[in-house]
Amino acid sequence: MTAIIEARDLGRDYEVGGGLFSKPGIVRAVAETSFSVEAGRTLAVVGESGCGKSTLARLVTMIEEPTSGSFYLDGKEVTKDRWRELRSDIQIVFQDPYGSLNLRQKVGAILEEPLKINRPKMSAKERHEKGREMMRLVGLREEHYDRFPHMFSGGQRQRIAVARALMLEPKLLVLDEPVSALDLSIQSQILNLLNDLQERMNLAYLFISHDLSVVRHVADDILVMYLGRPVEFGPKDEIFEAPRHPYTKALISATPSADPANRRERIKLVGELPSPLAVPPGCPFAPRCWKTEEKCRAERPQLTGTPHPAACFFPEN
Amino acid sequence: MSLLKIRNLSVTFATSTGPFRAVDKVDVDVDKGQILAIVGESGSGKSVSMLATMGLLPWTATVTADEMSFDGQDLRTLSGKARRRLIGNDLAMIFQEPMSSLNPCFSVGFQIREALRKHTSMDRKQRHARCVELFEMVGIPSPEQRLKAYPHQLSGGMNQRVMIAMAIACKPRLLIADEPTTALDVTIQAQILDLLTGLQKETGMGLILITHDMGVVAETAERVAVQYAGQKVEDQTVTDLFATPHHPYTAALLAALPERATEKHLPTIPGVVPGQHDRPVGCLFSPRCQFADDRCRAIEPPVQPDALGRALCHYPLNAPAEAQAQ
Repeated sequence: MTAIIEARDLGRDYEVGGGLFSKPGIVRAVAETSFSVEAGRTLAVVGESGCGKSTLARLVTMIEEPTSGSFYLDGKEVTKDRWRELRSDIQIVFQDPYGSLNLRQKVGAILEEPLKINRPKMSAKERHEKGREMMRLVGLREEHYDRFPHMFSGGQRQRIAVARALMLEPKLLVLDEPVSALDLSIQSQILNLLNDLQERMNLAYLFISHDLSVVRHVADDILVMYLGRPVEFGPKDEIFEAPRHPYTKALISATPSADPANRRERIKLVGELPSPLAVPPGCPFAPRCWKTEEKCRAERPQLTGTPHPAACFFPEN
Repeated sequence: MSLLKIRNLSVTFATSTGPFRAVDKVDVDVDKGQILAIVGESGSGKSVSMLATMGLLPWTATVTADEMSFDGQDLRTLSGKARRRLIGNDLAMIFQEPMSSLNPCFSVGFQIREALRKHTSMDRKQRHARCVELFEMVGIPSPEQRLKAYPHQLSGGMNQRVMIAMAIACKPRLLIADEPTTALDVTIQAQILDLLTGLQKETGMGLILITHDMGVVAETAERVAVQYAGQKVEDQTVTDLFATPHHPYTAALLAALPERATEKHLPTIPGVVPGQHDRPVGCLFSPRCQFADDRCRAIEPPVQPDALGRALCHYPLNAPAEAQAQ
């Protein structure tokens, strides 16, 4: 099967600060990130805040241009002059359904807008028809078509956001923390909906999340990021059963499990994420790692190894 | 005697569209050295009931309770002056958003020293020494320099530590932590939870942990109170709650956890939490409950005995036949 999206050494730098006489600093928000997602599969990107997950989403959805590397959509290279034609193949669902819907538009208008812009030849009646069909598909009632977003609960709004993203029949859906703003009882409804839609439409998902218990449920493959770089990439079961990078191991152990009988010893990480402006040379995780040796501080480990690649000189397992 | 004892607490807000009952007949008991977790979804009144205890609600709120006492002192009749002496001293609270709870205009050191100045008779030097000691306790590196920092110069995890340091500055006997780790990353969350439980063990204070994260509850709490739409629906020890939930809401909530899922399709709770204008009669959970019948939809449920987790339900789950009320 061919990959819907394939990224090769994707990177994005930002210039920050810099006055009249001082040189701007460079933040490498994402660097040397490679991955691919096939149709009907889910790749989860996990990591703490500041690790570049959201920047990666912005690159993939063509909101921003990568400063290095390239990515291919259905075999076609994505360059800025082809953004217009390719953008409708990738859609995004944002974290906060309270902020991502226009309060002054009715649900119907929200759903029809992408068609109005991208399918200018489509008649109003067809658009209307399609919008209503999509409402049914995401589990909303048709009479909701003429209501405003404020009349819906958080879960329903997230359904509207998913419906809007699916209007142009994309091949890849980027889900940027789609359930972390929702209550537990609503969260499972949205996860089920996403699962059903994936099966029905053979969608590829790029699922960005920091919640490992959700990721464990939805993902096929997992990309663990730390300070803008991937540190481990592999199938879900391997990552959870036998994490190779110490950071992955710490992340899994820090995630609280809902089983009071199983209060295990957590791996205690000292310190916090270093500032992205002053990334230490060598392994970025070295200052917090319990296995650090001289080599880690001097040289940056490459993403290699079996059974799945990890960027560490002294991998676990 | 329990440290904090609340009976029949109700809080009603006067809103432009009529009164809204945010907390409905809630009982809370915390003993010395105990960790109680209050869990519930947004709008379940878990924060409001604790804010009422602290006396931090705005004037639009009407608080009524049969009993509300902290270590024998009646909190309902306390004068403003006496309340201020108590709060921040014996009774302290950590808020959810460290970034917005700290004053951006003052250094964090100043803000901690302020609490010490109000509540203790320490002199300047002692206060400073205590601040350094507190910062070391909560694990802030190079405390001397960090005391001079302003909140915007510190990260979220650091600010939350400052909030904790401030709350424990006067050695409170009861600490209320309102979603202390929600805004933080998991590795930092683990550090903060270890810190809180460590402090609790060391000082023997009572700890109330307000959260919506079942994982956090399972790993830290001893007793758990589950709230739904302003009511307490269940109250059990943590092991019993996760093993044999008695209220259908608790059971459904646990089943909806992705990590407990056995198949790809998760069990869900249909519908949404009732709002101000669509509160059902009878049991508040009845519209979403798979076991509800006509009695649930008409009559308010009784509180079941301790053996049934004080479940607020007509038909508690996992019930031995003889234990049920009536």
